[in-house]
Amino acid sequence: MAIKKFAVAAYDDEDVLFPAVSKVRHSGYKIHDIYTPFAVHGLDEAMGLKTTDLHIAGFIYGLCGTSTAVGFISWIYTSDWPINYGGKPHFALPAWVPITFELTVLFAAVGMTLTMCYLNQIMPGVKKHVFHPRQSDDMFVMAIELNSHTSEEAALAFLRSTGAKEVNVQVAESGWWYGRWDKKEPYEALNPG
Amino acid sequence: MHLKYESFVREPLVDNSKDYHQVSEDIVSPIERKPGRMWYVGFIFSLILLGFGIFSVSWSVYWGLGTWGVNRTVGWGWDITNFVWWIGIGHAGTLISAILLLFRQGWRTGVNRAAEAMTIFAVMCAGQFPIWHMGRVWDGFWVLPLPNSRGPLWPNFDSPLLWDVFAISTYFTVSLLFWYSGLVPDFALIRDRAKTKFRKMAYGVASFGWTGTAKNWQRMEALALVLAGLSTPLVLSVHTIVSFDFATSVIPGWHTTIFPPYFVAGAVFSGFAMVNTLLVITRRILGLEEYITIGHLEAMNKVIVLTGSIVGVAYLTELFISWYSQSWGEMAAFQWRIMGPYWWSYWAMMTCNVVSPQLFWVKKLRRNIPFTFVMSIVVNIGMWFERFVIIVTSTYRDWIPGSWSYYSPTWPEVGFYLGTFGLFFTCYFLFAKYCPVIAIAEIKFVLKTSGENYKKKMEAIDAMDTQEFIDSVHSHHDEAHHEVAAH
Repeated sequence: MAIKKFAVAAYDDEDVLFPAVSKVRHSGYKIHDIYTPFAVHGLDEAMGLKTTDLHIAGFIYGLCGTSTAVGFISWIYTSDWPINYGGKPHFALPAWVPITFELTVLFAAVGMTLTMCYLNQIMPGVKKHVFHPRQSDDMFVMAIELNSHTSEEAALAFLRSTGAKEVNVQVAESGWWYGRWDKKEPYEALNPG
Repeated sequence: MHLKYESFVREPLVDNSKDYHQVSEDIVSPIERKPGRMWYVGFIFSLILLGFGIFSVSWSVYWGLGTWGVNRTVGWGWDITNFVWWIGIGHAGTLISAILLLFRQGWRTGVNRAAEAMTIFAVMCAGQFPIWHMGRVWDGFWVLPLPNSRGPLWPNFDSPLLWDVFAISTYFTVSLLFWYSGLVPDFALIRDRAKTKFRKMAYGVASFGWTGTAKNWQRMEALALVLAGLSTPLVLSVHTIVSFDFATSVIPGWHTTIFPPYFVAGAVFSGFAMVNTLLVITRRILGLEEYITIGHLEAMNKVIVLTGSIVGVAYLTELFISWYSQSWGEMAAFQWRIMGPYWWSYWAMMTCNVVSPQLFWVKKLRRNIPFTFVMSIVVNIGMWFERFVIIVTSTYRDWIPGSWSYYSPTWPEVGFYLGTFGLFFTCYFLFAKYCPVIAIAEIKFVLKTSGENYKKKMEAIDAMDTQEFIDSVHSHHDEAHHEVAAH
């Protein structure tokens, strides 16, 4: 991806974060992202993010599971290798309900989880920039993208005025890459601390 | 700013004054410490049991199932008893994480992680029994619908035994996904705190590179909700299908329509008991009494008394229906259960499952930790006997009196069972050492509504009368309006 410059603000309370988000958005700064230690409900709306369509994907995966089970079993029992079990019908739909149900659930669950990993870009071996070592602990961290036209000082002063406990400027890789978490990346030498 | 308020009628889910950082500290620090002596003793003991189990199973495979006590009349012995027992135990985790999530039961956050782990390990143990029961285990892949050179000859999709293969493997997979997706953010926390190189690397891999952006959390929550919705019918289906193994046959004592709900209730009953057994010890050793409170244990004891009573009603219904059917075979089967050579197993089941859980109607006993611990073991002994009663006492006297027999296990069967305890506890000890046993992110999510210190802050609001409260809220609004007007 690209190495960019960010103004970073760390808040220690989600109740301070919410007003800060709306102030930042109104003032025209571009929020790169907000990192929180747990799911803060309503934050996505406050940031203007769309709701996710992941559940629709899950529904489609589920349908694939249903049709795989019914299609496969009915093909086997009516055409590939019909077996006569005591004169019972070959097309015995009620007896297939359990397996059909299980495959529906299996496909939906596995498909959705993999899709979530793909969309969230998470996988073993993936590395991303951590703006604040306590963003997974007790800090709510907002990163604002800076460009050549924005003044660093003004941005930091503004973030401080929104109630941030810590502010700084960092250079960071904005996307993900493969890497080891115990190794420092070369660009990190440019950052404070 | 919205008001976070929860009634004082609900006891706090997290005791004492905790903030977000303290929560991380309390739950992660046991992982960062060297384990205590108790951990090593327990772990090595589990490994020895596991080793004995592997030896017993190897013996059974090498010499064949003739080394077991099962015979032509009693074809299913301790193996299938243990299978049903473990799979039943494996129902609590998903029930807690899925059904209680849908019912918005806040207390699940303290116990769901350990319960889900227990589920996964219990299902692993359960899975061993049908596999090694096959005897010629190298042909085990025949249960899978794979293209083959025997026709291709497919498995029997109309058979409950094959439904079981699908149900249990699906259940294991979905539980694992549910559990691990919850662990990812917590692993990220351990990674970000890590001081040693190895821990940083290992948890970096385990955390999948999670950083907790708003969008990531949004998708993770959507996934958790849908997985909960899928797991709820799934968990009910699994033990229903296990009960079909029996209920679709024509053996008196098995051929009943009551089995699916009765099995599911029994599964929840034994699963919650096992959760209590583990958590009473875990909370003590890891010092997590403030997160797994007596309130949590009481909530589980309430589920135990409910499901225990359902199971009791089912036992009595079975007896009534066998008499009401006026079928000789049905009546005899139940008469022999109660008074035949296996009377002791029936009465052990009745005492442990029906009589003793009724003590939990007493609030003092529900909140008594030693009593809870003893009861949790009694319940699981009872539930083991239930499966033994269903399986062995329905088959040992079949349609031909000449082939009536008596079954007792041989040492490889007992060793196999002990071995699954070894497998279960080996996994659990590793889990307790390397994974956060409480869902940290979820505890933080409920902390401000259900933490003791945060609830105390609401006392001022609670003391106000309603009109006073409304006025105070309105005056806030008015101020805001005035500000806008002034502009």
